[in-house]
Amino acid sequence: MYSKTVAELSAGLQQGDFSSEELTQAYLERIKHLGDELNCFITITGDQALQAAKEADQLRSQGKAGPLTGVPMAHKDIFCTEGVKTSCGSKMLDNFIAPYNASVVERLNYAGMVMLGKTNMDEFAMGSSNETSFYGPVKNPWDLKAVPGGSSGGSASVVAAQLVPISTGTDTGGSIRQPAALCGITGLKPTYGRVSRYGMIAFASSLDQAGPMAKTAEDAAMMLTAMSGFDPRDSTCVDREVPDYTANLNDSVKGLKIGIPKEFFGEGLDAGVADAVQAALREYEDLGAELVDISLPNSGLSVPTYYVIAPAECSSNLSRFDGVRFGYRCENPVDLQDLYKRSRGEGFGPEVKRRIMIGAYALSAGYYDAYYIKAQQIRRLISDDFKQAFEKVDVIMGPTAPSTAFNIGEKSDDPVRMYLSDIYTIAVNLAGLPGMSVPAGLVEGRPVGLQMIGNYFDESRLLNVAHKFQQATDFHKNVAEAYK
Amino acid sequence: MSLDATEVEKIAHLARLAIDEKDVGDYAQNLSNILELVEQMNAVDTKDVEPMAHSFDLSQRLRADEVTETDQREHFQEHAPKVEDGLFLVPQVIE
Repeated sequence: MYSKTVAELSAGLQQGDFSSEELTQAYLERIKHLGDELNCFITITGDQALQAAKEADQLRSQGKAGPLTGVPMAHKDIFCTEGVKTSCGSKMLDNFIAPYNASVVERLNYAGMVMLGKTNMDEFAMGSSNETSFYGPVKNPWDLKAVPGGSSGGSASVVAAQLVPISTGTDTGGSIRQPAALCGITGLKPTYGRVSRYGMIAFASSLDQAGPMAKTAEDAAMMLTAMSGFDPRDSTCVDREVPDYTANLNDSVKGLKIGIPKEFFGEGLDAGVADAVQAALREYEDLGAELVDISLPNSGLSVPTYYVIAPAECSSNLSRFDGVRFGYRCENPVDLQDLYKRSRGEGFGPEVKRRIMIGAYALSAGYYDAYYIKAQQIRRLISDDFKQAFEKVDVIMGPTAPSTAFNIGEKSDDPVRMYLSDIYTIAVNLAGLPGMSVPAGLVEGRPVGLQMIGNYFDESRLLNVAHKFQQATDFHKNVAEAYK
Repeated sequence: MSLDATEVEKIAHLARLAIDEKDVGDYAQNLSNILELVEQMNAVDTKDVEPMAHSFDLSQRLRADEVTETDQREHFQEHAPKVEDGLFLVPQVIE
């Protein structure tokens, strides 16, 4: 049962092959059996899941089921879930029981999905390997020595190990796409504003966006349809009609113009990854698409730009964690200053503290123009590069990450080296564009991701283009031996 | 740009973060490395480029000035570290 896609599970539930309760029970068993070695869950919500599954079965018996009713899933532990611990991977929120549901949680509950638990993640989504989590690193199902990527590493690992058929993630600089690539699954970061950020714990508000992490593009399309839409509680959520993202999956890609940015194939790209990506691009040529050489001349500055903008926004967003209203408070504070400083100093891990300090520094008197304004100017140049490219091409493709999964501990002592694992994904967030990663084979037993970047609100096309690839290839069906 | 221990302590104070004395050196090193990375931005001339704060350059939506939230104080204070009579408690601020 656990090898089925969401589309297959949906059909099975519809035909009465199994009930949601049976399905949920089976997944919970599997999680119990395999979840610990991967360290992929922070909280497992078994009792609530079985209750939700029963309700889903009841709705179905009344003829009120939709395509996702009764299908199990997991949320990244960044989404507030009412009555359930919501830690964001941090000691700061280890004791936090969310008093309300995030908009994404509300929408997927409404669609009838059954939450099995909350997945492990880099602390406050700051990391590319899951090693910054207060709860310890998640393991990659393809090799327990390897990182799953980050920050949505738990959400990628659970889908790759088939402990859950689909999960949610968030992506600020690559946090859906990079772990999807490293674990060999399909992940989509929607256009900024497509999905409500309400109740999604904020890291960098002008970049954060939630999306699906799935086995196939078809599954991602099903969940994106249910997740998306206007929400007045998020002031940057865009009021725009949500299409049925499954409607155009089978459109032909004949004549599709695929832009290949030369900057994505330069120095620093692993040769094996480059070969796998090139082979995937040839597959598209066989399907009738046309490859067009393009240039994104400022994309090389996306990492430096990001490491001003994201920390600046994070230093502001994370000022709410002060030991007063919720979350961690230090023992025996002598005065208010001591309460703030020690609650924050003890509650946050080193990477979060580094980013808060970089942000505080970049925003401080005398440095604001040199760092923050400068970064926002380059952000515009990066965004304009994409605008020009999309005048000539329909989608842009390249590698998702410069290498396959690295080993746990390999980069954790060197923040700057770690930051460069997001070199191909960050520009997409700065521009606010939708991006995807789909599996494109294995190099020495570890998965490679093919990145696809679309124009604003062109998720339907991205999903269609990814689906056609998955109809023609079997890379997305690869599962690590131990989790088959 | 490289930061020394005094500057790191000043930034930590601005950000209200207690940093262990023994870790200040590591932070100085790591933060300096990050700033060095960031300084690659200086290679580009950005004269007359309009700063971009947001993907769509949209203005903030406005709504009618009506009460939309209900009072859930007790619910929200359930997980506060210290409350009394509906108030959040902190160490004494005024003598």
